[in-house]
Amino acid sequence: MVNLEVSIQSKMYSGHQQVLGANQFSVNAGEFVAIVGPSGTGKSTLLNMLSGLEPCSEGEVLLNQKPLSSHSSCDIGYIFQQPRLMPWLTVQENLRLVTPSASITAVNEQLKKVGLAGKGELYPKQLSGGMQRRVSIARAFLTPPELLLLDEPFVSLDAPNADRLRMLLLTLWQEHKPTVVFVTHDLNEAIQLADRIIFLSSAPGAVILDKDVDLPRPRVESDTSFQYWKTQLLTRRPGLLEGEVCEPILRSMTGGLA
Amino acid sequence: MNQYSRNLVFSITPLLCVLTLWQGAALLVDSSTLPTISEVSRSFYYHLNEGNMLEHLVITLFRVSVSFAIAMFLGVLIGIVMGAYPDLDKAGDSILVIALNIPALVTILLCYIWFGLVEASAIAAVAINKIPTVIVMIREGARVVDRDLLAVGQVYRISPLRFFFKVYLPQLYPFIMASARSGLSLIWKVVLVVELLGRSDGVGFQLGSFFHFFDIASILAYTLAFAGIILFIEGLIMRPLDRYIARGGYGQS
Repeated sequence: MVNLEVSIQSKMYSGHQQVLGANQFSVNAGEFVAIVGPSGTGKSTLLNMLSGLEPCSEGEVLLNQKPLSSHSSCDIGYIFQQPRLMPWLTVQENLRLVTPSASITAVNEQLKKVGLAGKGELYPKQLSGGMQRRVSIARAFLTPPELLLLDEPFVSLDAPNADRLRMLLLTLWQEHKPTVVFVTHDLNEAIQLADRIIFLSSAPGAVILDKDVDLPRPRVESDTSFQYWKTQLLTRRPGLLEGEVCEPILRSMTGGLA
Repeated sequence: MNQYSRNLVFSITPLLCVLTLWQGAALLVDSSTLPTISEVSRSFYYHLNEGNMLEHLVITLFRVSVSFAIAMFLGVLIGIVMGAYPDLDKAGDSILVIALNIPALVTILLCYIWFGLVEASAIAAVAINKIPTVIVMIREGARVVDRDLLAVGQVYRISPLRFFFKVYLPQLYPFIMASARSGLSLIWKVVLVVELLGRSDGVGFQLGSFFHFFDIASILAYTLAFAGIILFIEGLIMRPLDRYIARGGYGQS
């Protein structure tokens, strides 16, 4: 498990277009953190910086107090918005692409865990959208990652399918306890899954609120406590989901509302 | 009629039409400049059994294979580099345009003059003619590779070799196949010119000899024999490769 420390002053594209503002936060080992912000606020860019896909021009990302670039082994899992499976490889081959040392038995076992037993020989195009997401989850967990990044992975799925996959994700997280950073624009999804939610301002995205979710699991959207928690938050911070900065940055350590 | 029979009818009918037209025109003209199908068949049989057709076909096929392999290897390599690095693409673009437009005949003559009438000159001349067209096609492929899929390889830290062969190169396969197919048809035509101008064996040399004797039946017999070989390669190598590349529905809408 890894502890993540993010200290980004800003992120510029093409030298002049600022996509991210100041983002300083840390994620404890095994913690599940959701990052919520309006569209175009730089959430995916932030996640790409955490994965090493985007360079940190001003600032740094530390994994267990070491710079991200010094981690050469395969200890980061990334579940993208689209499943991003290689269309020319079977499901089994897609999994073994990222973990060549995995045996066929281990791959099939992993597929069984995500509800895809017997689908290993199929190609991605032969699977439904939901099944492809399951493959991308199985790929990320084949070698349990120390840091798992998720970029709105259930965004284009129907509600029942998305719910099932959220439950699957929670089960796998609880089993392996990786440090998770989950990007979403859906507050309900963030409340349902995360230990903590970090809210970003509108572009250029910067942290405007860092808040613990102190609801017991499993959390169901229709529950009174769930709705109360959400209503309280949005009553106190009406422009929060639009990324409006209206209060000093504050982290609730007690679980109460900021 | 099942699908197989339908496909067979659709592929054979145009060929039968051409043969019928040929036979009709030959009977109508009744001249040695347009022999009938049976005359060409007799000539084919004669060259195959009593002449050296097989030997010349093998030599030409060898030249086609070697120059094809060289052209594809260098063309794919340079195309990938130019597609991946815009600065190198800009630097090489004007040379590429010139290379594309130099007539095949000029390249062949220059190679023979500079390097002599040897096998290496012949093969180099053919390869040089094909390399620019391969580069253009592969460069287009390298420009449109799916960066999202490449990102998967980067995030999961796939080894460079595995990344190249399992993530990057498969995206170029449709482009490689297109350039291989067009390459094969171009190369064997250029090989014949090379043989005609500076070799003492091969199908091109033989066609030149037949031309001197106005032996049209032999010219057509040799042409059909080599075209048959190319069709055989298409069926035996290209189509199975097409099916391999299209596995999983890749490259299909």
